Amino acid sequence: MDFPTALVLNAIIAGLLLGGFYAAVSVGISISFGMLDVVNIAHPAFIILGSYIAYIVNDRMGLDPIAVSVVVSPLFFALGMLLYRIYYLCFEKRGQESLRGLAFFFGILFITEVALVLIFGVDYRMVQTAYSETTWRLGPVDFPMRLVVPFLVSVTMVVGVQLFLTHTFFGRAVLAVAQDQLALRLIGVNPTRVKGLAFALSIATAGVAGAFLIVIQPVQPALGREYIGLVFAVCVLGGMGSIWGTLLGAFVLGIAESFTSTFFGPSWAPAVSFGLLLAALAFKPSGLLGR
Amino acid sequence: MSNRNFAAVAFAIALAIIAASRLISNDYFFSAAYTVLQFIILATAWNILGGYTGYVNFGSAAFFAVGAYSTVFLYKALQPPLPVMILAGTLAAGLLGLAVGYLTLRMRGVFFAIATLALSVVLYTFVVNWDYVGGARGAYILQPRDVPFGLRRYIHLLYSAMVLMTALALVIARAIETSKIGRGLAAIRDDELAAECAGVPTLRLKLFSATVSGALMGMAGTTFPYYLSYVEPSAAFNLSYAVNSIAMPLIGGMMSWVGPLIGAVLLGTVQQVVQVTISSAWNLLIVGVLLVLFVTLAPNGIMGWVDAWRRRRKR
Repeated sequence: MDFPTALVLNAIIAGLLLGGFYAAVSVGISISFGMLDVVNIAHPAFIILGSYIAYIVNDRMGLDPIAVSVVVSPLFFALGMLLYRIYYLCFEKRGQESLRGLAFFFGILFITEVALVLIFGVDYRMVQTAYSETTWRLGPVDFPMRLVVPFLVSVTMVVGVQLFLTHTFFGRAVLAVAQDQLALRLIGVNPTRVKGLAFALSIATAGVAGAFLIVIQPVQPALGREYIGLVFAVCVLGGMGSIWGTLLGAFVLGIAESFTSTFFGPSWAPAVSFGLLLAALAFKPSGLLGR
Repeated sequence: MSNRNFAAVAFAIALAIIAASRLISNDYFFSAAYTVLQFIILATAWNILGGYTGYVNFGSAAFFAVGAYSTVFLYKALQPPLPVMILAGTLAAGLLGLAVGYLTLRMRGVFFAIATLALSVVLYTFVVNWDYVGGARGAYILQPRDVPFGLRRYIHLLYSAMVLMTALALVIARAIETSKIGRGLAAIRDDELAAECAGVPTLRLKLFSATVSGALMGMAGTTFPYYLSYVEPSAAFNLSYAVNSIAMPLIGGMMSWVGPLIGAVLLGTVQQVVQVTISSAWNLLIVGVLLVLFVTLAPNGIMGWVDAWRRRRKR
């Protein structure tokens, strides 16, 4: 197989753009799974939920989906608070989080998916934006705006989350929870409250990422499953609980996927993220930038 | 009851059920009962790794599909008789189970669960891209015109095979549970490090449990292509198999072989009724809601209630 330069360049650019989006999708898992030890396997379900909310508002009122998602993100934040409350009372408090907590989130994922099927059907839905048809060209390389806009907002969001975690009092408390809950309790901070707010933040990022998703591609309820492997792959590949690692892992995955669909066909793309995940788990469980 | 007696009783009941079913003329009964039996096997098999050993497997659908696609492959290649296909599919899924067992070497808890889910998607992608077994289009499997044993229709044969396989699965699960192996698995579930230190051969037991669990799940899938006459990847790899095989033991109770049986009969029957009276999307919603309700409110399932009730009566 020969590798024409234009094709390779395009694959790299598309992979980077996609990677930025993957970082937004996975940053929530990096917080909930990587830092709080809450295995929120239902994370992709909230992404799809975000997509559908953006779709409804866009369809009815023609507003920009990404702007909508930022406006409704407090709703997702509240949902996350509620969910963590249930999770804490039913599982974490009783010390049963491993098996039953996992089954709980699996059930939530399934319920969300089926509920969306019941309301919207299994058809693919898409949004219309001012920029979805535009493509910039720089020589042989394409910059489709439907990828560039989510990429820019994604990277801004992920960097914002990182700055928030390292430069605010609350953010440092979250990092402290990840390291030593007992020490936090000893200095008089309630780790459950910190975890609840951090989990809510992770769900809020899922809602916003949902809007990016529906700008990039049409969405149907079962799409979330494909992202389960992806979010965990990015999180593990980058290193548990490291936001910069998440960004790096997302770019690696985006480029790997983009090359696979360019040179082997898009039907192989789903296997890339899961294959990388299996490989990362088996050979380098601490990830690229693991702590 | 000794395991040999239990096996004799189980197979006697299975044969009695098969004989009694010949009096039923409604074909829908057979197709509905087939589905419920298939869930009993899946739930029982899942419980061997999930309930006894404590390793959550999200990839039940992958094992089921390996069983189903091994039948499709053999059908296209050689067309051997049904028992050979069942055996081959069971072996293939058992090998996959063994591979998954080796995964437990590096991964504990959550990572193992996610890895099984990942495995399921990777296999799905391979099957979608494998044209010989139909690829994404799916494959048609014709039921043979001649039905042996004087049965009227082919579904009756499949149903009878399923009854026997269910009995086999229950016998195996109970034998594991009551033996030394079962106690070793329980030790791994409660504290793997302590078990290892106490001299429990953890790796061998985990490999054994993963292999048996996988083989039984694959066995449940081997007759699936004949049941539907048409297999496509998204049907064989359906996430509902994974959800059901987790939900059923959780709802029934994971500590003994009775739990998955009760959970599967209950949930399987409810799903059949809902599917007929309302719609198939609603029946999935009910499974999800029941799973979440039970796991939050009754973490030990129905058998947990029974045990609590027994203890109260003793006092």
